Amino acid sequence: MEIVLVLILVAVAVLAISAPLLAGRRVERGAAGEAARADLEAARDAKYAEIRDAEMDYRTGKLSDADWRALDRQLRREAVELLHALDELDGDAA
Amino acid sequence: MATAGSICLAAALAICLYGIGASLYGARTGRREYVDSGRRAVYALAGMTVVAMLILQLAFVRSDFAFELVATHSSTTTPLFYRLTAVWSSQEGSLLLWVLLLSLWSSAILYLTRRKLREVAPYATAVLLGFGAFFCALLVFLESPFTTLAAPPVEGTGLNPLLRHPSMMIHPPMLYSGYTLFAVPFAFAIGALITRRLGSEWIRSTRPFTLAAWLFLGIGIMLGARWSYMELGWGGYWAWDPVENASLMPWLTGTAFLHSVMIQEKRGMLKVWNVSLVLATGVLAILGTFLVRSGILQSIHAFGASTLGIPFLVLIGVMIGGSILLVSSRAESLRSEHRLDSLLSREAAFLLNNLVLVALCFVVFWGTFFPLISEAVTGEEASVGPPWFNRYITPLALILVLLSGIGPLIAWRRATVANLRRNFALPIGAAVLVAMVLVAMGVTGSVPALLMFAFAAFVLGALGQELWRGVGARRAMSRDSVPAALVALVRRNRRRYGGYTVHAGIAVLFVGVAASSAFQSQHLVELRPGQTDRVGDYAIKYERPTSRLIAASNGRLERIDLGARLRVRRGDGDAEVVDTYKSYFPSMASDLGAISRFFEGEATSEVGLRAGLRRDLWTAVGPDIGRLQPRIDEGDKVFADASDLSEADRGALLAEALRGLTRSYTDDPPPATFRFIVSPMVSWIWLGGLIVFGGAAIALWPAGARARRPATAAGLARVARELERA
Repeated sequence: MEIVLVLILVAVAVLAISAPLLAGRRVERGAAGEAARADLEAARDAKYAEIRDAEMDYRTGKLSDADWRALDRQLRREAVELLHALDELDGDAA
Repeated sequence: MATAGSICLAAALAICLYGIGASLYGARTGRREYVDSGRRAVYALAGMTVVAMLILQLAFVRSDFAFELVATHSSTTTPLFYRLTAVWSSQEGSLLLWVLLLSLWSSAILYLTRRKLREVAPYATAVLLGFGAFFCALLVFLESPFTTLAAPPVEGTGLNPLLRHPSMMIHPPMLYSGYTLFAVPFAFAIGALITRRLGSEWIRSTRPFTLAAWLFLGIGIMLGARWSYMELGWGGYWAWDPVENASLMPWLTGTAFLHSVMIQEKRGMLKVWNVSLVLATGVLAILGTFLVRSGILQSIHAFGASTLGIPFLVLIGVMIGGSILLVSSRAESLRSEHRLDSLLSREAAFLLNNLVLVALCFVVFWGTFFPLISEAVTGEEASVGPPWFNRYITPLALILVLLSGIGPLIAWRRATVANLRRNFALPIGAAVLVAMVLVAMGVTGSVPALLMFAFAAFVLGALGQELWRGVGARRAMSRDSVPAALVALVRRNRRRYGGYTVHAGIAVLFVGVAASSAFQSQHLVELRPGQTDRVGDYAIKYERPTSRLIAASNGRLERIDLGARLRVRRGDGDAEVVDTYKSYFPSMASDLGAISRFFEGEATSEVGLRAGLRRDLWTAVGPDIGRLQPRIDEGDKVFADASDLSEADRGALLAEALRGLTRSYTDDPPPATFRFIVSPMVSWIWLGGLIVFGGAAIALWPAGARARRPATAAGLARVARELERA
């Protein structure tokens, strides 16, 4: 009895694994572009985190006002560069 | 049942092999259906191993001694909780647990990334299934948990009594969760290297898994230490045992990775270092598994003689060789995007922290493997004991604790001397104050301990100041109450304040380690009832011997406890009662007599403990059973001559004989050997561990929608607007 149940389980597993193959051929398109976008999005989010961290460093007294303003400007400039890169990617895709 | 289990494992191996092929074919040809099929193979692997584990668990619960594993690792007298967890006390069962956890964690990451990392994920799937195939092959061909016995015994050997401790039974799943979770970033790093997609995406997607691996491995290590303290009868929590070291090494490199990866995320720097760290952590996790299973080590934690050494060495060789080849061939893609702005920056502190952590790992590695290398070269056994480790680990640990306070005080990118002065004044003041108070109190016996206390005060001062200023800044913006501002601050900066909490926990933990190591008092003494010994401030009186027979739920005798009741008084305080005993578990060896088998099996020490924040009093008794030997021998002879007794009569007589034996121990007690230890602040180790894990849980907690708000359109507009204005 247990063996029959396990054989049914194996059959279910085979069906589940082969289901995508039975659904037909699907060629991966635009994976490279998607990966580049994901990398840029990750870099953008990291930049936002860096902006927030710099602000936190300023508010907790680790950066002087002048240093923070200069750093914040620089980080925001880098963030905009990332946004432009993302826009360009969207433009290319369109 | 056993056949059904074997079918599951064979199917699991076939699924792994298919999944590897499908994933690689899908990745090379861009055929999405094969990639999806490969991912589903991981889910199916999880299903198969769950069913295999359930079958094995059922056999243990039912005490089905037809399973060799059940017969050799359980018995009818083993309590149900330990029968459920006895599965992983064996080589075979723990291998099955390894592949089960691997398949579950792999399923989780692949499900979460099913629409992301489309180039990297198929290769990561193949790597994860490669690990799965390796462990399934071991289970199918070398160490099957479903081997059956032609003539099942009536009673099993029982679980090793040393493992009958709650923390020891949770310890393996935690440890293996750590090891198998570290396989996830390892696999994605390999995928990223193969596809040259070495940006931030794979790090961001696998970060929660890396942190969870670190957390689980840490919990596993801490539970192991607690077990050692409570169960092994020597009063220590860390012995630099090779198997303990094996779990510590990936934790150390994992800690280094969790810090340095932040530099890569923020600055695009240290890519080679980070990918090397994550690959090394993966290799060290497998190395830890190898050390426990290869049979090359003599350790309480190891599984003894085994045939698994060569397969593991081959796997480790492939992992190391493949990692070096991939990293060296991708040097161009791994080039840093920026340079370090200043040595006065958090990045520089993190770099130093990384060097210290890797140095710690190297010391542990060398101390663990030197005896093996020495024996292989010279043929003579060499040992490296705690003094050797302490010589190198102590200064490195001091630097590490100090850095855990320095890092949070320095700004990213560049700090100025004026800001440093402002931020370091209070923590340095706290450290100096603590050092002065301790010196005034006469705590001068150990310079490293004194330094550790001062450095911990520095860390806690630094983190307290950080939290206070953060709450102040938050209140200035929101006008919240202090508790509301604190909660909001932590919620909005989980990673930062989770990390700070971890640092605070580490400082507390090391205070406990330093105090208990440097200022411990220990006595090994023989006492008769009525006699008193003094240890530290304690007067400990051996009041009377104790004994009892413990029956299992089925009525069979599980063990005999012989112990001592102690009356403990500290200074002029009230006396307290402390009980400690030694448990004797019967041996199943057929050549032993009916009585002597109860004293020839395994024995465990049950510690009598008075724990507190300031100190622990730890007591263990070693009863002298030599005086009982003539009665034991006589009993053996009587039962050998009484072979015509019925089973019921024999059982009743045996119980009576054992009762008489234990009564004779308490009526005419011989002197007993006691180990008394007074360890200051051991509880701080467990408390520190809890704080560390709480901090990791805060950092791990998923950020809500509000915390991600800067990524929304409003946040983007704000960035653009403010930059235009500038």
